Amino acid sequence: MKPAPFDYVRPESLVEACELLAGDEDARLIAGGQTLVPMLAMRLARPAKLIDIMRLPELAGIAAEEGAVVVGATTRQAQAERNSTIKASVPMLARVLPWVGHPPTRNRGTIGGSIANADPSAEIPLVAVTLGADILLATASGPVSVPANDFFIGPMETSIGHGDCVRAIRFPVWPHQRVGVGFFEISARRSDFAFVAAAAQVALDEEGRCVEVALGVGGAADRPLRLDVSSLIGTRLDTGVVTGAVQAAAGNFEAMSDLHASSAYRRRVAVTLCTRALEEARGNAAAIASEDAR
Amino acid sequence: MKVDLQINGVSRSAEVEPRKTLLDTLRENFRLNGAHAGCEHGVCGACTVLLDGEPVRSCLMLAVQADGYEITTIEGIAPAPGELSVIQDAFCETHGLQCGYCTSGMILAAHALLRRTITPSREDIVEAISANICRCTGYGQIIEAVQFAADRLRKANTPRPHHTAHHGGEHDSPVEGVLEAAEADEPAVEAK
Repeated sequence: MKPAPFDYVRPESLVEACELLAGDEDARLIAGGQTLVPMLAMRLARPAKLIDIMRLPELAGIAAEEGAVVVGATTRQAQAERNSTIKASVPMLARVLPWVGHPPTRNRGTIGGSIANADPSAEIPLVAVTLGADILLATASGPVSVPANDFFIGPMETSIGHGDCVRAIRFPVWPHQRVGVGFFEISARRSDFAFVAAAAQVALDEEGRCVEVALGVGGAADRPLRLDVSSLIGTRLDTGVVTGAVQAAAGNFEAMSDLHASSAYRRRVAVTLCTRALEEARGNAAAIASEDAR
Repeated sequence: MKVDLQINGVSRSAEVEPRKTLLDTLRENFRLNGAHAGCEHGVCGACTVLLDGEPVRSCLMLAVQADGYEITTIEGIAPAPGELSVIQDAFCETHGLQCGYCTSGMILAAHALLRRTITPSREDIVEAISANICRCTGYGQIIEAVQFAADRLRKANTPRPHHTAHHGGEHDSPVEGVLEAAEADEPAVEAK
């Protein structure tokens, strides 16, 4: 057996899970286990106790709310990928899910697990930051909501306190008729960690002018970044305008450098992918209206 | 800890340490050695099994997490002892395996795909086996095997038009060998 020994408990309720977690410094939560189990196998993680939250009813389910879709933490990535509410209302999440791992890891891996793991190159945290989602936590003092931008603070590092558990993620839904998304990613091979990923969502009015825009870049910095391209609102997102806005927003953020890619490369690719993502998003939004007109 | 598993349709129980993976439990406690231990940290796919019909990596799951689930291993997909499933047979016919180490995982991944659809596109097949590494074949013959199996399943499952039955069933046997049949992307019944 490769992992070091540990105790395993499967609590009956979220409250019990949080109590167990708070009461033991060396305890860790496990849901899908697609990151934690390899860490255990390589003994990079040696928890004394694993608390299995996968079957807790409080963490399951996908619910449409006023202006948002709330995705339970233990929703498996494959479930979310096939879910019609997510496809219709959070198209950016639906768009990136095929890029998260492989089909067998998506069958076990969870949405909340990817959020809590906070890998800087992960696609689900990128969507959360780009759209301005809220991370809903269960804590000893009750439910807490943290904006995604404040939740991720560094590579595999979040602002979550010991004893707290990610309960759900609240993804905002845009009210506009014509919403399109775009997503591009560069990695060594399909489904490997992204060196750079860019996600964009735009809403167009009847005349094809941009009324709302969100742009984010992942893999390039120590956490996913939302870029300010609000100057694009009111424009027709012509190529020159988009390129200019992206250059201004993504031209000089603090990019990571490692043996795969230098920071200069990451910045250069980020600008290119952000531009492509915005153009794809504009194209998809524009296509919605032409379908309606038919 | 005691775990109860439904393995290949049979209820089985085992006493395991919490740190024991589902893979090790299948191999050591139940002597089901068809799930292979490759990388043992979720990269290679040799340990693929079906959990409630969906492919998962048995090395990335603790046996205690699998408690109560239905598990299908490669040993559970043949219709009878000594026989091969349509997919297994297709892998033999198109030479979709060489050393065989990845094969059980590949076949289970294909099995899950073809249960969802018997008209997969080439991209669907590539995506379905994308998590499984093969160091022998270069994947071409594996993709062919899955296409061939899909073709056979389509022919087996769909009622044939009368005139083809009268004329000796043109669609039943490939005219120029198996590869011809494997290239058929559309269901045979759609031919006029």
